[in-house]
Amino acid sequence: MYAFVNGPLVWIAFAVLVLGSLWQIVSLYKMSKRTDKVFYDHYNPGAAAGSVWAWLTPFGSRSWREHPGLTVGTFAFHVCLILVPLFALGHAVTLEFNRGLSWPSLPDPIADKMTLVFLAAALFLLIRRFAVPQVRIVTECRDIVVWVITVLPFLTGYLSAHKMLLDPDLMLMLHVLSGCLMLICIPFTKLAHVFLFFMTRAFIGSEFARRGTKTW
Amino acid sequence: MSDQMPVNAEEIMAVIERNDTARLRAWLKTCTSCGLCSESCFFYLANDNKPEFMPQYKARKTLGELIKNKGKVTRAQLEEMKEIAWARCTMCRRCSQYCPFGIEIAVMINVARQCMRTQNVCPDRLMTIDQSYVEFGNQMSIPDEEFVETCEWMAEEGQDRLKDLEIPIDKEDCNIMFVVNSREPKYYPQDIQEAAMVMHAAGETWTMPSHGWEATNLSMFSGNLKVAGEVTQALYDAAIKLRAKKICITECGHAYRAAKYEGPYWTKQPGGKAPVEVTHAVQLFHDYMKEGRIKLKHKFKEAITYQHPCNLSRSGDLGPVGEALMDMLCEDFIPMEPHAEWSHCCCGGGGFIPMGADYKRTRMVAGKVKADQIKKTGAKFVLVPCHNCTDQINDLNKEYSLGIKVMSFKELICELMELPPHMQPEGEGDE
Repeated sequence: MYAFVNGPLVWIAFAVLVLGSLWQIVSLYKMSKRTDKVFYDHYNPGAAAGSVWAWLTPFGSRSWREHPGLTVGTFAFHVCLILVPLFALGHAVTLEFNRGLSWPSLPDPIADKMTLVFLAAALFLLIRRFAVPQVRIVTECRDIVVWVITVLPFLTGYLSAHKMLLDPDLMLMLHVLSGCLMLICIPFTKLAHVFLFFMTRAFIGSEFARRGTKTW
Repeated sequence: MSDQMPVNAEEIMAVIERNDTARLRAWLKTCTSCGLCSESCFFYLANDNKPEFMPQYKARKTLGELIKNKGKVTRAQLEEMKEIAWARCTMCRRCSQYCPFGIEIAVMINVARQCMRTQNVCPDRLMTIDQSYVEFGNQMSIPDEEFVETCEWMAEEGQDRLKDLEIPIDKEDCNIMFVVNSREPKYYPQDIQEAAMVMHAAGETWTMPSHGWEATNLSMFSGNLKVAGEVTQALYDAAIKLRAKKICITECGHAYRAAKYEGPYWTKQPGGKAPVEVTHAVQLFHDYMKEGRIKLKHKFKEAITYQHPCNLSRSGDLGPVGEALMDMLCEDFIPMEPHAEWSHCCCGGGGFIPMGADYKRTRMVAGKVKADQIKKTGAKFVLVPCHNCTDQINDLNKEYSLGIKVMSFKELICELMELPPHMQPEGEGDE
């Protein structure tokens, strides 16, 4: 079990992530050629890039500026979500040990603090879901499931690094398992916004640009 | 009666399939229900932030339900959806500016309206208007001859204000083919006269078609896109027949959006572009002023604010043009906050005004956001270049005791412009 989880499963998860995402992107792209003439008629690379960039920048869009609390929360969440797994020392060491690849890494105390920031931001987003009426009314079970799937790898990673709660080996296995689950879920759940974000923003950027207006 | 008719799920699904685009699919897969669209919506703000008024919820309760149930819903359910799709959304598109993914709730509401329209679930007045477009080519059942007579009458009467004023009908090879909102011949013929005066004074070569003169397109809001396309096609055909260089839309918001941006798709024009360039009175008057073709006696002196119609300033390119024109005409122009493409809808759009008395209460409640915006400027004059906004703001004026006067650009320009001597009517030369 341990050998499978820490070996082939990781490869399977990455394969599903890459192939699943590609499949989603390609099938939407092919469909769009048939159904989204309006996009190709008015595609505007500058506006598309501006539309993506403004929304990737903290306070870069009017909506972000008018919602400072959520902006700070969501950027803290996403920045840590991307950086910690990419550059955690444990991940770099594993990669070097198994594949002989050297990979840059964050010092442990920093990754540690970023994990805590991530967990705090995640908790903030969860509380917001229930505390804010206009968010609660559109919250579904699947939103919570996706939240749990995203938070678990960080929680288990933190606990295993600090040898807390369970036997570290078991916790590590849960960490890898939940990490793989998250990767596998990206193409097939609301987590697909990882890549769909760029497509929908490119569309709306061009769509408003053809009317001389913008969305940021 | 239609109330007892069973719902035809196949017709609903046909609409959904026709609108099944890659972008719609991406939107449905992407939305993380973050709620950022809520505060962008004036319905939500004006109804005490009740969560039922937030945009995503409204899309979910209409198009969402129709998709989920594959069109198999009861007539009672459709009636409930009707009160959301028409009475809680004007399709102003402000929410897509606030969504991190740029999801267009307005498009989803529009698809929901199209679905319901196939089952004749739609505010009655809008369905009557669809029928009027089919029978008369305009929304107010005016025969073309009557329209032409009104123009002749207005030209003649206008000669008291501008010597030799003409309203050319069906003149070929003009620069501008001017088209109007049928409210003008029906209730406000002076509007036609004033637009004619401005164009005449600017030395424009222009005409109006005896058929295809209706600029409005309320079928865009009733969900009957077949009729919407026919109305737009009549407009394009008239301009092509008269070999006009440009179609100029009167001071009306949705007419411009329909003719310039949506119409090319309903009528399947190559490249999504209208076959004849579409412009708008705001742009036309702006250019006259900028080029010095219209001279003013003086600028307007009182404090005045500007209503940005959503369909001109958010779904169209005229936000900055309208403000520049205000600056050229007025000494004390105070913009509302927010304004231009971020402007709030006044709740006159999306079919609301023609939906009539049944929906007036809702309209007055939701219009509070606009009333507050106007109040905050302190101005007692509001320039409104759109017929539906005009009606709504006049109603808001009474409802919220704003004590304001609503004006259009043509009205203001006619009041301020200095006519060259040869155009001045007899006896007023040395006033």
